[in-house]
Amino acid sequence: MTDACAPAELVPALPGWFTLDVARPQLIGTRCTCCGTYYFPRQSTFCRNPDCSGETFEEVKLSRTGTLWSFTNAAYAPPEPYIVREPFQPFGIAAVELDAERMIVLGQLAKGVELSALKAGLAMELVLEPLDDGKLTWKWKPAA
Amino acid sequence: MSKDIAILGVGMHPWGKWGRHFVEYGVKAARDALADAGVHWRDIQFISGAATMRNGYPGYVAGATFAQALGWQGAQVNTSYAACASGSQALAAARSKILSGECEVALVVGADTTPKGFLKPQAGERPDDPDWVRFRIGITNPTYFALYARRRMEQYGDTPDDFAQVKIKNAGHGADNPYARYRKKFTAADVAASPMVADPLRLMDICATSDGGAALIVSSLAYAKKIGKAGAPRIRAISTVTPTFASALVEMPDIATDSAVACAPQPFRAALPRKAYEEAGVDPKEVSLAEVYDLSTALELDWIEDLQLCERGAAARLVREGATTIGGRIPVNPSGGLACFGEAVPAQALAQVCELTWQLRGQAGSRQVCNAKVGITANQGLFGHGSSVIVTC
Repeated sequence: MTDACAPAELVPALPGWFTLDVARPQLIGTRCTCCGTYYFPRQSTFCRNPDCSGETFEEVKLSRTGTLWSFTNAAYAPPEPYIVREPFQPFGIAAVELDAERMIVLGQLAKGVELSALKAGLAMELVLEPLDDGKLTWKWKPAA
Repeated sequence: MSKDIAILGVGMHPWGKWGRHFVEYGVKAARDALADAGVHWRDIQFISGAATMRNGYPGYVAGATFAQALGWQGAQVNTSYAACASGSQALAAARSKILSGECEVALVVGADTTPKGFLKPQAGERPDDPDWVRFRIGITNPTYFALYARRRMEQYGDTPDDFAQVKIKNAGHGADNPYARYRKKFTAADVAASPMVADPLRLMDICATSDGGAALIVSSLAYAKKIGKAGAPRIRAISTVTPTFASALVEMPDIATDSAVACAPQPFRAALPRKAYEEAGVDPKEVSLAEVYDLSTALELDWIEDLQLCERGAAARLVREGATTIGGRIPVNPSGGLACFGEAVPAQALAQVCELTWQLRGQAGSRQVCNAKVGITANQGLFGHGSSVIVTC
């Protein structure tokens, strides 16, 4: 019953992967306290830097803005576990480079963002939007 | 001491969507390879199988499955799984056995039966599995191919028509290949009229999944000489290196790259042939032909540059000039590539070596590359797997 009572738009598809701050959401990752390497998805056991023996990690919120590296769309419905509400509506996908973390993170493009409006190098920001099943995920859109 | 081994025989089962048991394809390929080598099955001392994950337990233990189907004869056995590089790892296992002196002659074999549609992850709620996570948020294999393709357009000014030229070229190459699944020639208009899958890639830019099987008989140079095949093509290098942290490119099935805060970003694809060139002592300028993993048309352009067959950003021009067409300076995918075959994962890396072998022996018929002396393969798959094999006369 709790799920049914909670506002559907605040149920994350991947709990703990991003903050639920609708105005200024951030991805939640971790950072090795030894070498400073960031991890998204989170890493909390052993650092993957081959020269680092770090085993302790702090939780960090990643930069919520970055630079567009590349972009595409899904013109056909992906297979499960993607959940499709028929009729399937194609959606965009972006690869965004985060400056501070020096990593590229994928995500869907926010609804209404046209590929024709995009160009590599564009400033992008993170937003929250529901997937077809109503659960929230992170998405990218050109920075306001 | 030479680290070369000889390729005594090769065999394939035609690629297609036959819907039969994968063992049938593998055994047919193995029997053809044995006949081609002139080696009796009972003389094979090591069987190295490439596993398939889509056909239950027999697929997980493919080496033993093929050995039983060919008739148990007491050879040593191995099975390798490394996604798209499974065949190369199975080949590397055979090479190690041969070079260590543990065996003289080995069978390497892989085959697959594939389901229709997108490759998808195992069922269940598994947020710890990156392969599950990416599908949960709608990221399929074509997503990655399309991100790389778009990146080329943004970085180098490539166009969708450049990508279509790769399809046209490969379709022309594979049209007469009896093992290819798709043997029809296409025009740029055909490619442009096919449905968009992941912008800018259309259905005809992306490879299908296929059933198929491929096999090699490999041996020590001494054994090759003993049976009168001293002139057989030789495997000079097998590279199966992992990526190096921090991996620069977002790769299937990950949703993010490594963070390059503590370590400089490193390209993975280019590292695969680089290791092979080093191992073989071969310069990229010496390469006569290449079989590369064109999961998409645009990805073939990336491979051409990763193989150092031209400068970064110049591959589309190379294709347009006809240099990568049979008869050109450096033919790429004379077999027709994945564009004509579709991917049969555990067989594909071996099929690439089969094509190089026929080419180097001068037995490729209408696909024959003139004066083929040095061939190289390249492929890459999920979870940091990839390979590059160099074969010379």
